[in-house]
Amino acid sequence: MSDRLDELYDDYILDHFESPYHSGNLACPTCTHTDRNPLCGDQVTLQLKLNGEAVEEAWFVGRGCAISQAGASILCEHVEGKSVEALRGMQAKEMLDLLKVPLTASRQKCGLLAFKVLKTLIYSQDESLAAGQDEAAAAPPVKLPR
Amino acid sequence: MADSPASGSAPATSEPVFSSGKLSAEDVQRIRGDFPILHQMVHGDQPLVYLDSAATSQKPRVVIDKLVEVYEQYNSNVHRGIHALGDRMTVEMEGAREKVARFINAASAEQIVFTSGTTMSVNLVAHGWAAQRLGPGDEILVNEMEHHANLVPWQMAAKASGATLKFLPLTPTWELDVSRLEEFLTRRTKLVAVTGMSNVTGTINPLELLTRAAHDVGARIFVDAAQSAAHGPVDVRSPDVDFLAFSGHKLLGPTGIGILYGKADALEEIEPLFGGGHMINEVTPEGSTWAALPARLEAGTAPFAQTAGLGVALDYLSNLGMETIARQEQTLLELATSRLETIPGVTIFGPPCAKKGAIVSMTVDGVHAHDLADLLDRQGVAIRAGHHCTMPLHERFGVAATARASFAFYNTPEEVEQLAAAIEKAVEIFKRPRRSRGV
Repeated sequence: MSDRLDELYDDYILDHFESPYHSGNLACPTCTHTDRNPLCGDQVTLQLKLNGEAVEEAWFVGRGCAISQAGASILCEHVEGKSVEALRGMQAKEMLDLLKVPLTASRQKCGLLAFKVLKTLIYSQDESLAAGQDEAAAAPPVKLPR
Repeated sequence: MADSPASGSAPATSEPVFSSGKLSAEDVQRIRGDFPILHQMVHGDQPLVYLDSAATSQKPRVVIDKLVEVYEQYNSNVHRGIHALGDRMTVEMEGAREKVARFINAASAEQIVFTSGTTMSVNLVAHGWAAQRLGPGDEILVNEMEHHANLVPWQMAAKASGATLKFLPLTPTWELDVSRLEEFLTRRTKLVAVTGMSNVTGTINPLELLTRAAHDVGARIFVDAAQSAAHGPVDVRSPDVDFLAFSGHKLLGPTGIGILYGKADALEEIEPLFGGGHMINEVTPEGSTWAALPARLEAGTAPFAQTAGLGVALDYLSNLGMETIARQEQTLLELATSRLETIPGVTIFGPPCAKKGAIVSMTVDGVHAHDLADLLDRQGVAIRAGHHCTMPLHERFGVAATARASFAFYNTPEEVEQLAAAIEKAVEIFKRPRRSRGV
């Protein structure tokens, strides 16, 4: 029993929960987005500072369970230095692997909350970029194939 | 109806609501033997401690057997087949309607409408009665302890009709502040919608007082008995509520079956929301006339197998005695409350035990409700975490989520101790010293 309990709430998760990486607000984020799990009230705001195509800094603000908040901390640590292109290809499986603990289906929503926010951020960056290019070309807005 | 006689000022040690037989430890073990699901290990080697009966109750063998009996012996559509099976199924279903009527002391089985559950029952009245009959200037009185099922439909009805929703305030101990009733319940009020027992704080509301007050101003009263019907006697004629709803699955019955009770004249005022088979008297290409109650509000094929299951479930509860059940659960509640209060950091949301049913919603300092539920689950203890479909109430609590342990008569004092020990273990895990990553 103890083994199983320690498995989920091991030092790695609890340490990120209690001493999170980059918890707070960026002075001038390039982009920011908030999402929540309506069922449990977990909330995460992710703020990215982009330098060209690379993530220079990633910070988060949030409240909720240990899994959701540790997940945000772990994700911030992971994405810094990565290219937007690389994050565009990041899969949910990779996020779950980063957490290093087995999550039941219901807890995966908590573990994937920050990842979902990241994906939304990248998607909206792409959208605004596409809109910008369209404007520059004075063409009607077109959905780019993805 | 399970009713607190003087909600505002009754002392915590007031006479228990329940007065008859008491179950011995052997009785409880015998009862547990009737519930196959309780005897299992979860997560490999953890004996199941099921403390989520407020979400759904477990089912005794007789109910499971009844469903098998229906499907093996006389499954057939009701009210239609002129054959042996159809007749038998119809007798079973209408017999179940009689049992429901007796269970809540309704004057007639015709006042029992079968629905899919409490939510549908509320919506029938909200859309078929309130939205049709109310208008600008009219008011519906609700409050912030209500389950979303007894709030959202009234919001929709208010929007559709132009009526206004009013919220009776809550006291610091999470009871209705009936001292302010005069201010909120006026001649403009056309309906009071209230839960018999909160699914979060366990608060048992003073239905006697509320019904009298509602009727004094000419308003109707709708009682959400989803929780209260499972935990104590219900008598729809004392107090004489206008509408009352509950679900089968919280009373040992199957899912997909619910009840809407109404006074005869109140039910007559509900416009059918669904047209279809069974609810008509005559259909011509130009239009239709409606059948008598309750058929008028039961369009389509009824969940007939579930009605038979519910009938057996009500027999089981009646044999045990709702007062005995209430007393047993009260004992568990008092034990759980006093034990959990010994754990540092535990905050319980709700009134004193004497004014509530067997539900304990809590927060534990430093451990989020979801983490707590997860850590308990891994020790075999099934509770629920979240806002329990009461977001406005949790907004009042000032927390996004609580952890809820809810008890039924098949739970034991040993299980209460397992709950407490599992919480202590969870707290310990969150508090143990750790190496820092050095960030």
